[in-house]
Amino acid sequence: MAKISIENLRHSYLPFPNPEMDEDYVLKKLSIDWQDGGAYALLGPSGCGKTTLLNIISGLVVPSDGTIKFDGRDVTRASPEERNIAQVFQFPVIYDTMTVYDNLAFPLRNRGVPESEIDPRVKEIAEMLDLTATLRNRASGLTADGKQKISLGRGLVRSDVSAIMFDEPLTVIDPHLKWQLRSKLKELHLRTKRTMIYVTHDQTEALTFADQVVLMNNGEIVQQGTPVELFEKPHHTFVGHFIGSPGMNILPCEVKGGKAFFAGQEVATQNAKLYKGSHAKLEIGVRPEFVTVAKKGIEAEVVKVADAGRFRIVETKAANSSIKLLLPEDVSVPSGKVKLAFDASHTQIYADDWLVGQDR
Amino acid sequence: MSSKTVNQKAWFLVAPVFLMVAFNALIPLMTVVNYSVQETFGDNVFTWAGVQWFQNVLHSERFHSALGRNILFSAIVLAIEIPLGLGIALTMPRKGPWVSVCLVLMSLPLLIPWNVVGSMWNIMALPDIGLLGKAINSLGINYNYTRQPYAAWFTIVLMDIWHWTSLVVLLCYAGLVSIPDAYYQAAKVDGAKRWAVFRYIQLPKLKHVLTIAVLLRFMDSFMIYTEAQVMTGGGPGNSTTFLSLDLVKTAIGQFDLGPAAAFSLIYFIIILSVSWLFYTLMMKDEDN
Repeated sequence: MAKISIENLRHSYLPFPNPEMDEDYVLKKLSIDWQDGGAYALLGPSGCGKTTLLNIISGLVVPSDGTIKFDGRDVTRASPEERNIAQVFQFPVIYDTMTVYDNLAFPLRNRGVPESEIDPRVKEIAEMLDLTATLRNRASGLTADGKQKISLGRGLVRSDVSAIMFDEPLTVIDPHLKWQLRSKLKELHLRTKRTMIYVTHDQTEALTFADQVVLMNNGEIVQQGTPVELFEKPHHTFVGHFIGSPGMNILPCEVKGGKAFFAGQEVATQNAKLYKGSHAKLEIGVRPEFVTVAKKGIEAEVVKVADAGRFRIVETKAANSSIKLLLPEDVSVPSGKVKLAFDASHTQIYADDWLVGQDR
Repeated sequence: MSSKTVNQKAWFLVAPVFLMVAFNALIPLMTVVNYSVQETFGDNVFTWAGVQWFQNVLHSERFHSALGRNILFSAIVLAIEIPLGLGIALTMPRKGPWVSVCLVLMSLPLLIPWNVVGSMWNIMALPDIGLLGKAINSLGINYNYTRQPYAAWFTIVLMDIWHWTSLVVLLCYAGLVSIPDAYYQAAKVDGAKRWAVFRYIQLPKLKHVLTIAVLLRFMDSFMIYTEAQVMTGGGPGNSTTFLSLDLVKTAIGQFDLGPAAAFSLIYFIIILSVSWLFYTLMMKDEDN
């Protein structure tokens, strides 16, 4: 159990990176704290550096610059064993020649724990993961999800780990079992109260698993917050795009005298009056969930309607920009020219992609 | 149940392969079978001999002792080359510029023609002028492979190790680099020591390449001919007369085609069945 603090972390895989060149680094000056016992998701597109960050926290990779502290103790150069970390990898790692029982007991045996203590511990973990029936079987005979449960079990079997890392652990799992394992993880977190850091590029996984989501892009942390915060108040247009399906509508705009204008019409927003300065790129961001068809508002033309189950996605075009909105199933679909209204409390202005009025 | 489409025209597509196999394997083999049951005279006169030659070979002292030598030789060679090759592969670098250097060095012995290997070692081990022979003698050990059976065996085994351990190294190395990094990372996280990593990750993952290495080395060492022929010619006495050397003596030296054919068939069946045995034993617990 530990609070994990990361300060000014940078990492490059090049042998001689140029400290002045940001492009040489896969992680660019990160600082972040992970509270003890939290369930975190590290979310981002492929190649954004999230796995590198995870491996740096667990001690498999030593960072180029910066420090990592566990409860204030500098562990930047300590091995995973010294940090007492558990990690579950993308593809199940099992010891083929061992039984399920021996697999689960392996991390304890390596640490010289007496068999009398190992036995109840292994049985308890097997019970939690529904592996009791297969304990005596060869681990290599199990299905992919069974194997991944073993990997998971090896992480949970030690009662004293500082944190458990998950590196896209559900990649090879069948969809219907994914859901099961995900709820299992959530349940295990509630039961064990260990710090868990879960890397994924799947927003559903991140938003359902984590209390706190850390969204990364291009080697930087873009926003950290609860799933609701990330959804309702994206700090960056990237967050708006990446989270939500479909992503946030981004429309070019002008701001004059604390008021925002799109295609010559005023749009009520929650932060236009905070805007000062003169940025080249000013945009309105509004999620499709907060756009409605109204009697008056922005004129647009319906281009396409897609059925997404409980609701329909209506794509419209207004002054060369695309605006999407969601319509519930039972509402009739408009066609041709429509007028759109935005919910002002969920409509924000972004200057150079960053939310206006937000410290960062 | 899915029903398969039956199309007999497909036979035409595999016919060329059948034809090739027939010419390079079946027909020569059948010729040998033909010789093995007949007595051959000049002018292409053949008379039926039944299983006479097989009985003769199976009861001959000469065959027994040559077979014994072969088994001993293969056993020694496997017992040394497999662990040694595995050990070298484990110490080879996984990344960096040294990888290619090591690989090239390892491949060199494999690229030398077999009779050249024999000649090289023949000269090198000569007690009066050879580097190896002279060195051993100067240590105060009386060594002369042309006169002492033990010295001849020592030299042939050493030559085979020099020549073929690389093959085991390369196979094991290929197996080792194909183990995903996650296994090593997981082992680190689980606190596994070096020995545990070898025992529970590397060795199980190398099972298949090791099976292949054992099979290849067994088959090749059991068929040793060229090196031994060039190096010792089967001597001193008959001490290094392996089955293949004996076979060549029978077939070409004495021109006893019938016994030689029976001899080769028995030789072939031994290799086939021992290989099958190795394979079955090493793959035994694959299914459960």
